[in-house]
Amino acid sequence: MPSSTGQKGQKKRGGKSGRAGLRAALLLAPSALILLIFTLWPMVVAVYHSLFLSDNAHPVPVFAGLANFTALGRDPVFVQVMRNTVLFIVGTVPVSMLIAMVLAVALNRRYRLTPFFRLALFHPVVLPMVSAASIWLFMYTPDYGIVDKVLALFGGPQINWLGEPGTALSAIMLMTIWKQVGYFMIFYLAGLQNIGQDPYEAAAVDGAGPVKAFRSITVPLLMPTSLFVFIIAMVDAFQMIDQLYVMTQGGPSNGTNMLLYYIYQQAFAFSNLGKASALSVILIVILLVVAVLQTLADKRVHYES
Amino acid sequence: MKKLPRHMMKVLVGAMALTLLLSGCGNQAGGTPKTGQTKSVEKLTFDFPVAVAGPLAQDMTQLVNEFNQANPDIHVTPVFSGDYGTTMTKVQTGFKSGNAPDVAVLLSTDMNTLLDNHLILPINGFAASQKDQKWLNSFYPAFMANSTLNGTTYGIPFQRSTLLLYYNKNEFQKAGLNPNTPPKTWSELVADGKALTKAGQWGLEIPTSGLTYWEFQPFAIENGQNVVGDAANKVYFDQPKVVQALQFFADLSLKDKIEPPGLIGWATAPDDFASGKAAMIYHSSGSLTQILKTAKFPVGVAMLPGNVRPGTPTGGGNLYVINTKNKAREKAAFKFVKWMSSPEVAAKWAIETGYIGTSPPVYETAQMKEYLQKTPQGDVARQQLQYAAKELATHDGQEIQQILSTACQKVLTQNVKPLEALTAAQNQADALLSKFKD
Amino acid sequence: MYKRKLGDAVLNIVLLLISLIWLVPLLWTVLMSFKDPNNVNGLTHLLGGIQLSWQNFAAAWTSGQFQLYYINTIEICAGILIVQLVTITLAGYAFARYSFRGKSIVFVIFLLQLMIPVSALIVPNYLTIKDLGLVDTKWAIMLPYFASAMGTFLMRQTFRQIPRDLEEAAMLDGASWWQIIWYVLLPAARPGLVAFSLVSVSFHWNDFLWPLIVTQTPQNQPLTVGLSLLTQMGETGAQWSMITAGTLLVVLPLLVMFILFQRQFISSFIQSGIK
Repeated sequence: MPSSTGQKGQKKRGGKSGRAGLRAALLLAPSALILLIFTLWPMVVAVYHSLFLSDNAHPVPVFAGLANFTALGRDPVFVQVMRNTVLFIVGTVPVSMLIAMVLAVALNRRYRLTPFFRLALFHPVVLPMVSAASIWLFMYTPDYGIVDKVLALFGGPQINWLGEPGTALSAIMLMTIWKQVGYFMIFYLAGLQNIGQDPYEAAAVDGAGPVKAFRSITVPLLMPTSLFVFIIAMVDAFQMIDQLYVMTQGGPSNGTNMLLYYIYQQAFAFSNLGKASALSVILIVILLVVAVLQTLADKRVHYES
Repeated sequence: MKKLPRHMMKVLVGAMALTLLLSGCGNQAGGTPKTGQTKSVEKLTFDFPVAVAGPLAQDMTQLVNEFNQANPDIHVTPVFSGDYGTTMTKVQTGFKSGNAPDVAVLLSTDMNTLLDNHLILPINGFAASQKDQKWLNSFYPAFMANSTLNGTTYGIPFQRSTLLLYYNKNEFQKAGLNPNTPPKTWSELVADGKALTKAGQWGLEIPTSGLTYWEFQPFAIENGQNVVGDAANKVYFDQPKVVQALQFFADLSLKDKIEPPGLIGWATAPDDFASGKAAMIYHSSGSLTQILKTAKFPVGVAMLPGNVRPGTPTGGGNLYVINTKNKAREKAAFKFVKWMSSPEVAAKWAIETGYIGTSPPVYETAQMKEYLQKTPQGDVARQQLQYAAKELATHDGQEIQQILSTACQKVLTQNVKPLEALTAAQNQADALLSKFKD
Repeated sequence: MYKRKLGDAVLNIVLLLISLIWLVPLLWTVLMSFKDPNNVNGLTHLLGGIQLSWQNFAAAWTSGQFQLYYINTIEICAGILIVQLVTITLAGYAFARYSFRGKSIVFVIFLLQLMIPVSALIVPNYLTIKDLGLVDTKWAIMLPYFASAMGTFLMRQTFRQIPRDLEEAAMLDGASWWQIIWYVLLPAARPGLVAFSLVSVSFHWNDFLWPLIVTQTPQNQPLTVGLSLLTQMGETGAQWSMITAGTLLVVLPLLVMFILFQRQFISSFIQSGIK
């Protein structure tokens, strides 16, 4: 490589793909090595360990075929965990997206206060989830928390938000929506810039009100953005468990336990490596399915070149 | 982005350069080298679960220094390794990579998991002399229940606790109750709780969030059937007396309404007590100092009210000698453990932390006597020890504890009947424990 | 016209209300961090027990070893970023300027990192780190992030927008490939690099689960892990005034940066999101 001169380089790019390939390989090597070790290899490792019984009863792992997977079918906690995960996604992803889209439309015009609005709505994104969670944990505390204090002002009932299985997951979802709406909003703002004002002016001429314009122009034209945001939201939703660690530890009675937290628990609190690996395989498969769905839904992106 | 944000870049680069300067590069792991070059001094590491470089860590450093001075042939380095959970993982991973500490304070209930993974050594093997045997037999039997298996001792009680009843003497007076006679039985607990419950004040709070099994266990013990016995592979969740105890436990909030609905946070209960929101609470004996500090009224401390008998589980951490496969260091580790649990040192630690003295000789020391004179409430936990029983500890202990906690929470918050919840819990536990032969 | 103005006013008021609601957690945290920890009124009354002192911050700072955590976090963020800047520039250049056999396969491998992030692979990655003997080191926290698909795609996009004429002119002047990258491409790619740096630092400043798993001693733990230890301190009750002060200590640097460079932050997040 050190001897390559400009002219040679030009030739290479012209067609001799062998040398160019070598150089590309060298340029890609550092990243590829890390990706091989920490993205591809772990999938193999997870599958391998999922085939072994490896826990306190088996300090030396014992091959067990699919026993870890069949055991999950009989595990009531696993069923509950999957249910919670689905509920969490259904309860946060569409709602966050809708709020983000509406706010983006409202913020798309320049008011004097627009920078302040943006700051207020986006700032949760730059807070660590752990910090946000410790704030909200306190906010939800009966009596002392601000949620209870505000409800009491309006004569509302006292609710032990994180202490009741009926409300704990919703409370976590509310906090998550607060945290991520700003992030989704900025993508919608960028998307709106691309739409421009023309379609709206045309609609205004036709006498369409703002609600109609939102439904018939904004929503469809933002579809590509929505698809993109949806994918980020889905991948994030499976990963967001920092707040569970701080706020509920998956309780009450596993009411807020979700897939990744359950993996964490099994691997690092209960030292059940086999089960944790089987759960990891399930998570990987789910994420791969999401990825495939994305490529199907969004054929035109990527894969050029 | 049209303009090049040069100022941004400068801030970033500047911050980085500053850090690298500040920190130097390549900080290594916290472990200390253990390859003793000099043959005369055994270098040991001691993992102690405090998350913080607060007063506890300072007190501990001081204790270890005393030991090092008194034992020139041994040098112990304390490592403050976070909470019990992280210390436990540290020991487990360190064992496999040859970086395990020589001594660690870990939960008494983790003893079986430590044994299953061959991480700890029996103490009996070291206690050869008659004096050592006497020392080994000196600890309170209630603490030894979570330190021995089949007659062999694997852990030495170090910072151990029980549950206690804390009550607001002023509120007792206001409710027409005698502030010097706290409830002694379940029925008195309910009656007093009802008398104390009024607008803005609950009669009683027993923390139930998180590891609920510990707060439920007293009721099972008091009803005559602990949830666990001597064996490490058997639990008694679905026994009729346990079911009955859970019914009573849940009724405190569901039927008698002397407790707030929903789960009560471990951390919020003392705040509720101090702010007058709760007139009685169950909490760890280790919270005594903090509660006395924040409460602005006379605080009563009492044994837990009993039913067919009084009772409480123990809690807290033991000292363990780690299986390092280095005979000389293991022997030195034993010496350190023995020193740490000697009456004078244990008394000092108990006074500084609020944990219970681990053996009767601790209460014979001058400093302990002086302390109890000033803080007589500190003696209640010791008196209660004669009724204390084994904390829920089995193989796969953490998960078994979680299973019982979940069952309790279901009954408290989801209208599940105790029998149904406990039967399900028993089945789950049996499935886990069936993997272990004894 | 009037209708339009009225509409704007209403919209502004609604937006103001929403913004204030969004800010409540932060404002309340600030308020709590100035309350006297030994005064129960501070808990029961919104404005009770306030004291104008740094006592809680000092308590959090010393009891939580925040100085150490700060240095660790900065070291980790800086270490990751420095390596990332190199790897993403190289890989981004390769994707933007070369065509070679197997490119689409390599591309998919990069895409995989976006779809299956490190945090979903905690268990197998922990095992790898353990096999490498890196448990409880800062290397363990940093290594998996040394490659960034997001950054690579961002740089690929950036390089593509730089006209080839620039490079070709330099080539005719006899510049070597690395001279071209260093003198021609990198200066032009600076906005992309800055955008990526902001996002990378924000992400790793806030990262929690992975550092929690692979570190065990304060010597290697970042701020987020330190804060979580503060929130679940032992058998005694939670000390809210200290926890809220600690929370602010963790949040403050990024928050201040964000307030100062708001537009920069937002456009960086947008750029690194849209591939």
